[in-house]
Formats: sequence, structure tokens, C-alpha cells
Amino acid sequence: MSKQFKFEIDGIEIEARHGQSIMQAADDAGVYIPRLCDVEGLEPQGSCRVCVVKQNGRVVSACTQPAIEGSKVENETEEILGYRRDLVRMLYHEGNHLCPICEASGRCELQAMGYRLGITQATKYPYLQPVRPVDASHPDIVLDTNRCILCGRCIRASRDIDKKHVFEYVGRGIHKRVGVNGNKLADTNVELKDRAIDLATCPVGCIIQKGRGFFAPIGERQFDKKPITLGVGPGKGRGKP
Amino acid sequence: MARTRIIEIDPLTRVEGHGKVTIHLDDHNNVDEARLHIVEFRGFERFILGRLYWEVPVIVQRLCGICPVSHHLAASKAMDSIVGVDCLTPTAEKMRRLMHYGQIMQSNVLHFFHLSSPDLLFGFESEVEKRNIFGIIEAYPELAVKGIKMRKFGQEVIRATAGKKIHGTSAIPGGVNKNLSLAERDHLLQDIEQMIEWAQEAVAIAEGYCVDHLSLVQQFATFNSSHMSLVREDGAMDLYHGVLRAIDASGNVIFDQVDYRDFNDYLMEEVRSWSYMKFPFIKRRGNLDGWYRVGPLSRMNTAGFIDTPLADDAHQAFRAFAGGRPNQMSLAYHWARMIEVLHCVEKIRQLLHDPDLQGSDLLLRGERREEGIGVLEAPRGTLFHHYRVDNNDQVTFCNLIVATTNNNEAMNRAITQVAKAHLSSQKTIPEGMLNKIEVAVRAYDPCLSCATHALGRMPLDVALYDAAGNLLEHRVKDGR
Repeated sequence: MSKQFKFEIDGIEIEARHGQSIMQAADDAGVYIPRLCDVEGLEPQGSCRVCVVKQNGRVVSACTQPAIEGSKVENETEEILGYRRDLVRMLYHEGNHLCPICEASGRCELQAMGYRLGITQATKYPYLQPVRPVDASHPDIVLDTNRCILCGRCIRASRDIDKKHVFEYVGRGIHKRVGVNGNKLADTNVELKDRAIDLATCPVGCIIQKGRGFFAPIGERQFDKKPITLGVGPGKGRGKP
Repeated sequence: MARTRIIEIDPLTRVEGHGKVTIHLDDHNNVDEARLHIVEFRGFERFILGRLYWEVPVIVQRLCGICPVSHHLAASKAMDSIVGVDCLTPTAEKMRRLMHYGQIMQSNVLHFFHLSSPDLLFGFESEVEKRNIFGIIEAYPELAVKGIKMRKFGQEVIRATAGKKIHGTSAIPGGVNKNLSLAERDHLLQDIEQMIEWAQEAVAIAEGYCVDHLSLVQQFATFNSSHMSLVREDGAMDLYHGVLRAIDASGNVIFDQVDYRDFNDYLMEEVRSWSYMKFPFIKRRGNLDGWYRVGPLSRMNTAGFIDTPLADDAHQAFRAFAGGRPNQMSLAYHWARMIEVLHCVEKIRQLLHDPDLQGSDLLLRGERREEGIGVLEAPRGTLFHHYRVDNNDQVTFCNLIVATTNNNEAMNRAITQVAKAHLSSQKTIPEGMLNKIEVAVRAYDPCLSCATHALGRMPLDVALYDAAGNLLEHRVKDGR
């Protein structure tokens, strides 16, 4: 059995095992740290930075930073919440996130995170309004990267679980986007049963299953009844949308 | 040299959307012509292209915040065709109907009580300061409360059936995503008898206005026209589904029993340079004579009967008022609108007692098609949605003929008639005179945002220009 030790999150002492990340230890202790790119079952990559915390005064991503014995972690402070709000706002502004007409609305983790962080109106950043095509070439699956937040969950699921490498990042900087292993989705060997296509894998409405939009009535969607938190979202015990 | 003056009314108020009126005067200050201009453009037909067909009912309803259900359901009917479904399950059909009746009820009530009642109760040329909903609340508080509560009830029906009061998502291609829970049903049943009673009172008010102001109603914006609507195959008024019927000014049938999916064989649209709103017409009659009216007045004229008893009684009285011939009085739209409210409330009561609404068979799928047409009777008239979808499930074509668009020519005729009767030979423009123009437009309850896909409020701005285009006089009423 791994060595046990203790550290603090917002003054609450929790136990951790050697080798656990701050987030893993927090999840085990029932302390929620917001996240978008991390999901149970996939290797963490620390790219969205929404799980930003301070560990002994240093800003780190909780999903990739190991817990340290005796350390003090700041999670729900105003400073940290401010960082998270800005990060999530920028995600909204660099994509085309039209919640009112998106079938992921109500089960979208980006939307739920926005509500959790109190983002209810347009912010100081300009909308980039990128022009991105919709790839509906596959008979069962649509890739609408207008809604992509580059979390990489589909990439990791396809590579590490499905063993197919259907998705990958292409481009650099502001032009970075998720591409497919072919000219279009129909050229790949992706299937509906793949973990990468599971609606619990894509946190937004970028990867959608054809002909099933708006099947869940308003009031019965994942985040209609409970806000995103531990067990209601991508952390431990995340249910199907 | 003859001099032409143009009076410009911009913005129009107490209507949905943004438009303006210009009135063209000749050298002797006689009205030559009046035009209702739709000056903004939204372009839903274009930006829907490339989107996925199941998104369409949710996207296009954003055309409007007053009648989104109409667009939601018309698009859903079109998408039913796309997924190969011609007949929904009883639960799905009745859920959609319940939603639709709630929508027409609340929209018609909104128009009558909030937008038009100040004209009818205070007079067209009454003090502008009180000629609004706040004036009604002060002078007729009991009536105002009834209007607000009736609209609230209609909105509650929509919430229970669509998921939200505005811009719900429950109609999906091939059916619906929810039924009506017993709790939702019981909640609505609590108030239904009160709504029946108030709807009857509203019919009495509107009827009383027409009877008491017979001379005005018979003359104000009254002109002969054809009328068109959906009707049930047996001739009953049907707001959700049916066949197209058009009659001429004498009541003779122009066409009947027309499958609405063939509407392109019967109707065409004309574009005129001065408006973003098109001018539809009956193809076989040509663009000059083929114009027609739609909406509550037309539905009363085209329907043989109404299949709910209280509304049918009111319908018979309405028909008798015009001597059994088509009623051509624009102000009678208000009366017709309230008869529809009564019909909708009766239908809602019927449906709330129907156990099919608690069924669980919500969705069907058939053989995929490339083209879908959905038509229904929206609060303001016949609403057409026409789409084509490619093999990738993406929309490649979209054409919407929105209810108000059908009344474009009629509204222009109405304001021309009123302007000629009341503005000719006038050297100045009293505000009350302008309001008469607005009353004529308002009778049609135009939703200009829908019709033109334009954003914004409905302002009214009147300007006098000389023949050289010089501004002589300019008056503006803020639409906010």
C-alpha cells in the first residue's frame, strides 16, 4: 500500500497517497476542484488550466501537480476563482459557443462551468468568431469544431482507449484545432461505440451523435437539476449525460 | 411644377418588430399612396444553411420571442418529413397541439390587451400619454389583470409542453421529447375554467366594440380581398394541420383541399425594391390581383365551422355580422382574434382531459427524405417552412413565408385607405392622425421581426419631404 500523508486544501486537512495528484487526492476526499480537460479514465494533460490552484503559493494545475506532504493548497479563493473565470471566458470568446441553439446545452460542461463561476453575460474580451466548417461526412457522427475547447479528451480517448488515433491536434497557436486522421471524418475508422464518441467524453457539443439532438427535455438534462460539481460532471462518479 | 411630399412614420409602435410607413402626398396634399416599409434584414434562410436538420426547429424559432412556438412547430413538421414521418404518435401530435394552442392564446391575448386595447378603449386620437398598457392598468385595472393572467396561462401551457416559456426544445423531428406529467396537467387544470370564462368576456368586449362602432368598423381600413388559411379536411378551423383553402372576396373558392406540401404550385412571392418583406400572391391570379389576407379574420372567413362549441357560437355571430359574406373589415381582426383565444382555451381543456398526453410513445422514424415542408396557422396567419437536406444531414435550402408576409399587400392597402380618408388635404400632422395609420397596421398584429427577419424595436417616425427631397417636417415616436 502506498505511503499515506496529509496536506491542506483551503484549510481542510485531507489524506493522500504517494503519487496522487492534488486533484486525485481532492476527489478521494470529496473536495471538488473545477476542471474541463480532465475526465475520469483518461490521463490528465493539464491543458485547460481551469483546475488551477496555488500549492504553497505557487500556481499549478491540480490535475497534473503531485500532492505534497504538509503543503497548503488554495482552491476556492477569490484570486483562484478570478483566474478560472478569465480562463473560461476566453474559451467562450475564442470559439462559437451559441448555447441557445446547441444540443449540448444543459449537459455542456463549459456552460455548466460558466454558470458555476457566475459568467452570465458578455465579458471584456472580443469575440473572435472563427470560421470553422462542420464535418458531417460520417453517417453517425458530426464534428463541429466551432464548439471545441481543445480539451483533448477525444484525442486521448481515441489514442489510449480506442487505440485508433482518430483525432489529433493540428495547427499552432491561435490556429490550433482538432483534426481527424484523414480528409474528413468519413475517411476514418471511428465508430459510435468508441469511447472518443461517448457524449461523456466531449465536454461540449463538438462531437455529436447524428439525429439524437434535443432528445433530453429541458429540466431533465444533466446540469438542469444540479450544478457541475464532484459526481455531477467529469470527476469521479460522472454519470452519462 | 407639381410637388410631391412624403410623410414618413418611423418607428411604428405597439407592434412586434421594426418598420416604418411613408405616405406620399401630391401637390394638393392629397394622399397618393402609402407604404409599409420593412427596413431591416436578418437572413435566417441563409445562415441556417450547413446546419444539421435536427437543430433547425431550435434555431429558427429564434426569429421571434412572441411566436417562437409557431416556428418551432412549423420547422418540426418539415423535419418530420425529412425523417420520413407523416403521422406522429397520438401523444406527440397532442403535445404539439397543446403547445400550439397555448402559443396562439398568449400571443392573441398579448396583442389585444397589451397592444390594441388602448386604441379601442380610449379612442384612436386620445391622449398619447395614456394610450398604452399603463393607461389601461390605471383606467381598467381588472381588465388589465385578466389580460396579464390569460397571457401567463398560455405561457404556462408552453412551459409545460416545450420545457420553457420562450424558446423551448420539445418538438424534435418525428415527435416530441416529453409528455405531460400529471403534476403539469393538474397545475394547468386549476385555472382552465377561469380562462374559459375570461375568454368569453374577451370575445364579448371585441364583439361589443364592433357592434357599438359599426360605422367606424365598416369603413376603417375595409376593403375587398381574398383570404387563405389551413382548414381541416371537413372545413373546420384547424390551427395546427390541414389543407389549404383560399376564397375570393365574394366567398367563392379559389382553391381548396390543397396539400400544403404543394404550396409552391399555388403561391409565389414578389420582391419590391422598397421593402425587405416579400409580397406573396396566388399564382394563377398573378401578382396584381393574387394578393390575399391571412390570420384570424381570414380563418373566420375560410372555416366552415369551429369544432369547439363556444367558439363555434361566436364564429356564427361573427359570420352573421358580415351578412354571411367574407368579412373584409380590418378592425374585425380583433374580434376574430378573441374567438380564436376562446377556441384555443376550449381545445386546451379538451386536451388536458385526454390521457394520451401521459403516453410514452413519443417518437417515430421512417425513410429519410431530402425535402420537407411544414405549414401551420400561426397567430398572425399561415406560416410556411420549406427545407432541403443533403445526405450528410446538412440543410442546403431554406425558404420561410412568415404569416405577416402574407398580409404585406393588405397592410399596405389598409394604410393607404386610412391615409386617404384621414390625411388628405391636411397641412400638419397631429399625433392622433398618425396613430390612425398605426391602428390600421396594428389590426394585423404584424410581427415584422419574423416577417423580415429583422432585429430591433418598432419605431414610428414621420417626415415631410418636398419634391426635391428636402425635409419639411419630422416627428419621431420612440419604440422603446
